[in-house]
Amino acid sequence: MTAALKVVRAGLFDTLQDLGRMGFMALGMPTAGAMDRVALTLANALAGNPANTAGLEIGVMGPDLLVEADSVRVALVGPLSPTLIDGPDAPPKPIESDRSHLLKRGQTLKLGMVEGSSTAYLSVSGGFALAPFMGSLSTYPRAGVGGFDGRKLAAGDALPLARDHAAPGDDRKLAAAFDYGAGPVRVVWGPQEDHFSAKGRRTFVESDYRVSREADRMGIRFEGPTIEHAVSVAKGGADIISDGIAPGAIQVPGAGLPIVLMADRQTVGGYPKIATVASVDLPRLGRLLPGQTVRFHAVSVAEAEELRRDQEVRLQRAIAGFVVARPPGGIDLARLYEENLIDGIVYE
Amino acid sequence: MSVRYLSCGDTAFTVEFGNEISPEINGRVMALHAAIGHARKAGDLAGVVETVPTMRSLMVTYDPLATSRADLQPRIDLLIARGLTSGMASRRVTLPCCYDDPEFAPDLAEVAKRTGKTTEQVIAAHLASPFKVYVLGFMPGLAYVAGLEQSLYLPRRAQPRVRVPRSSVAIAMDMTTIYPFESPGGWHLIGRTPLWMFDKRHEQPVFLSPGDSLSFQRIDRKTYDRIARDVESGSFDWTKLVKK
Repeated sequence: MTAALKVVRAGLFDTLQDLGRMGFMALGMPTAGAMDRVALTLANALAGNPANTAGLEIGVMGPDLLVEADSVRVALVGPLSPTLIDGPDAPPKPIESDRSHLLKRGQTLKLGMVEGSSTAYLSVSGGFALAPFMGSLSTYPRAGVGGFDGRKLAAGDALPLARDHAAPGDDRKLAAAFDYGAGPVRVVWGPQEDHFSAKGRRTFVESDYRVSREADRMGIRFEGPTIEHAVSVAKGGADIISDGIAPGAIQVPGAGLPIVLMADRQTVGGYPKIATVASVDLPRLGRLLPGQTVRFHAVSVAEAEELRRDQEVRLQRAIAGFVVARPPGGIDLARLYEENLIDGIVYE
Repeated sequence: MSVRYLSCGDTAFTVEFGNEISPEINGRVMALHAAIGHARKAGDLAGVVETVPTMRSLMVTYDPLATSRADLQPRIDLLIARGLTSGMASRRVTLPCCYDDPEFAPDLAEVAKRTGKTTEQVIAAHLASPFKVYVLGFMPGLAYVAGLEQSLYLPRRAQPRVRVPRSSVAIAMDMTTIYPFESPGGWHLIGRTPLWMFDKRHEQPVFLSPGDSLSFQRIDRKTYDRIARDVESGSFDWTKLVKK
């Protein structure tokens, strides 16, 4: 029998995502990919996978997954509450996020609500045994491609695993929650900041913007003060000849409210883009929930690049600093042997 | 001719060749798209991820952990300075299109009325238009194809349709397009091709490419049905549509 994780109850919007389908935007193919690159990278590292391995992106509420393999190591990153391991021979046991867990055949991983963020991630050690589409496993449901059958997971799906049992070794966890940073969301002016009046640009960086209910993998619509275009909307001030749309591009259509374009964004578009979210802060955007507010703060391209490099260093440090995860209150025999403490106890 | 570099955050920038739609400007866009592709194949421009051509600009995306804007922009400048006249070998693509079935061409009569032509004259003008694929976008495989004969220019429909069938051939403004998926749409539907502009069974799922020269070949309903069956079963020979 093929090793698999079987979806016994579907969540609300769970798709497989890697770091994106790069290289085909010229053919109109959106990149898709994880909304929170940092969390997926950490989940993969906890599972012992390369960063670009596809994991499960969990939105709002996670699924129940039955282990149909001898064993599997899963890593969870993100605020899931509550998450339980339910087995045939033991009562349901709550488990922590931001660490890996060894699961055995017949156990069910019950992923709860995603709280305080819009996304959480699950990676499996060794990854899923699915064929990439155009070089990537990122799911893009609008074209029905990538991931599992090109769509979000449904009850009855069996996600094939690349390994039928987990490699030996300890479970690991994050030493401390990763610091995504607080304060204003850093943006770089452009590509079309000159399509906005000086007043409009000031409004953009001096106002609070609230995430509306219209926020999904394609884009996040904000509510707040309207941003004035340089030329009146009636005279075409909100139209440009379509050009490429980078991740985090902030387009401002005629209504004057900003829309940040995210993973499933279209490749080209005809609205002026006042600024672009710096890549360091895109994972923060990927975690925003309706009702939360942000302030935008402009930095230069070079500053944004530097911020991203600093974040990568912190991310690699966090991965190098993973610690062995022990069950609370339990004795870690393996560690005791490693440190020669058992010998000491016996012979003293 | 000078270019403008527009910032798109710290993972992309746009090289803008002009602020109008013209074959000359798009030719330079496509030439730079090709020149960057060649440079990358030769191992240069490390850190560039991909390039996205549009009517008048090229977006270059990059990995800020592998390179930087300050490093890349002079290299792009050098490519432009070396001259972008070489261009690339353009494919000539012929797409079969059935204009005859009212189900395929619900807007043909209205287009004829509004342009003061007979439906046969509308079809002839569409067949005679020297089309060129400028840009793909909005959805995977959707091509903006310019070159429509001027007498057919019409604005988009005042009331877009909620559901346009896949492979509908449509016109609006100075362009034609073929819908790769069933989707909403506001263009005038004047025919349908039995081909799929996006077929995930193919290694290259998107058939058209920016820079393609494109013309339509009129087919009757019987031929349409035959080709449609072959496309559905995967036995259709797509290579015969393309001349280098």
